[in-house]
Amino acid sequence: MKLIFEKGVPDRVGAKLPKSDVPVSSKIPEKYVRKEDAQLPEVSELEAMRHYTELSRRNFGVDTNFYPLGSCTMKYNPKIDEEVSRYQGFVELHPLLPQLRHGGMLTQGALQVIYNTERLLSEIAGMAEFTMQPLAGAHGELTGTMIIAAYHKDKGNKKTKIIVPDSSHGTNPASAAICGYSIVSVPSNSDGVIDYDEFLKVLDNEVAAVMLTCPNTLGLFEPQIKKIAQKLHEVDGLMYCDGANMNAILGKVRPGDIGFDLMHINLHKTFATPHGGGGPGAGPVGVVEKLKKYLPISLVVKRNDGTYALEYDRPSSIGFIAPFYGNFGVILKAYCYILMLGKEGLIRVSENAVLNANYIKEKLKNYYQIAYDKTCMHECVFSGSRQIKNGVHTVDIAKRLIDYGFHPPTIYFPLIVKEAIMIEPTETETKEALDEFISAMIKISEEAQTQPELVKNSPTTTPVSRLDEVSAAKDMDLCYKL
Amino acid sequence: MIPKELKYTEKHEWVLVKDKTATVGITDYAQKSLGDITYVQLPEAGKALKQFGEMGVVESVKAASDIYSPVSGTVKEANSALSDAPEAINKDAYGAGWICKLENVNEADLGNLLSAEKYEELVKKLETE
Repeated sequence: MKLIFEKGVPDRVGAKLPKSDVPVSSKIPEKYVRKEDAQLPEVSELEAMRHYTELSRRNFGVDTNFYPLGSCTMKYNPKIDEEVSRYQGFVELHPLLPQLRHGGMLTQGALQVIYNTERLLSEIAGMAEFTMQPLAGAHGELTGTMIIAAYHKDKGNKKTKIIVPDSSHGTNPASAAICGYSIVSVPSNSDGVIDYDEFLKVLDNEVAAVMLTCPNTLGLFEPQIKKIAQKLHEVDGLMYCDGANMNAILGKVRPGDIGFDLMHINLHKTFATPHGGGGPGAGPVGVVEKLKKYLPISLVVKRNDGTYALEYDRPSSIGFIAPFYGNFGVILKAYCYILMLGKEGLIRVSENAVLNANYIKEKLKNYYQIAYDKTCMHECVFSGSRQIKNGVHTVDIAKRLIDYGFHPPTIYFPLIVKEAIMIEPTETETKEALDEFISAMIKISEEAQTQPELVKNSPTTTPVSRLDEVSAAKDMDLCYKL
Repeated sequence: MIPKELKYTEKHEWVLVKDKTATVGITDYAQKSLGDITYVQLPEAGKALKQFGEMGVVESVKAASDIYSPVSGTVKEANSALSDAPEAINKDAYGAGWICKLENVNEADLGNLLSAEKYEELVKKLETE
């Protein structure tokens, strides 16, 4: 399809601009005055409308198709959250208003939203207090690691390293390294969970923290968390929970109850706010009592008279980590989501997310190699290893799924599974949608045997066929030459 | 084909030591598993490496993986041709795709490495898994 700049003819206009009723200023410095006309698209209103409608029809999202991207929790984003987030009282608020004299009284509603969401997350996670500031999951990890560093500095602990299991999210070691810690990796055992004996071997007085993704990226719950936490606490280390996979355990397990000292939650995953190009994220960080004083500023507090205010006076705080108060619109949508579902609803979210993943696992395990054959949490991990003998790789299976109208699952991650295929259906899909996906996967496993070339050359039904991923990674050219 | 004259690590690096100088690369099995390689982060000349310590990173369309040094030594030179043409590893992992040369090599380290036969066994085991 043509770009908007390639459409139209010179001097065609799609909009009628009113005549300027202010004199053209001659005070613009010469160096800023345009030498030639801006090269704008010259199309009619109808051409512009058709162009963008066509583009939107090529858009692929959870509102159009099943999107089982593992560890990303691509669940449906309820439209009531969008509606509430567009209430005039919220959208027209100026972010500086609560910082002005008496301005706080004009923003009580927004402050209450932040405060109440913070309280709800603390209850859900079993933590003492959350900061709503971090703007993404990895930003939450960084904030968490900074809190870990502040704690040890305060106590005069000499800590140099952070333990990260090989089944963690890839951002965990990166966040720890940015805060100056060296990374010690612990392998998984044959059950796909941390090898406890290996953990004991690397645990010493210099360990600042353990960062655990829970449930881990194999979709498995770590059964030894309490034991690990106990040993870690003996050397005054902190247990960090990457809560990106929280969708599996809402109302079932509270990380604060089983030994975790701090964690982040991805609102854009578990609490159904848009992500993956659809909107910014939010990665609030929760901590236990002893770490509260290190939380970043500002925090919203409730005064004795029932009003809400921003608090900046926290001498031990790690300071500012984001402008203003986090991604307020995202917090608001998550708040709405939690209230709409209530306690019982959130429990059902996790129960159905886990049920759906296990349903797919059981239905497909005769066709694809299952990485670890045990009850999984919210996602199941297969390996494309059985299909390799016909020259069909995981990437080919993923591309063929596009022809069947599905977004491919996460592939080649986790790294510890050869030819990994990581499927996370989420709770919002119906049994019929899961069955359609399952039958497409079964068909592809048959095609891999009978028509491997078809699978290897897929997709064929998309506007562009198989992309050259090597050139895309090596020789990126993102500019259209005007 | 796994060259007989080389020594191997369990993480799929190879090394050839001649006159206290080592040439290091990743194996053909490693390049096949990674798929098309798009970038190699090379070690800087003069850097001291420990046996099995991190030496660099190799990125493919699938993943980024650390490269570990098979022996201790000091980086003499890195294969700068890989900066523009990392695909040399895919084409010729044991030849033009070499990653760096080390000097002051501790030859005793070779005792901790796999022979070609042992490495072949490992690859066979991985391929049937």
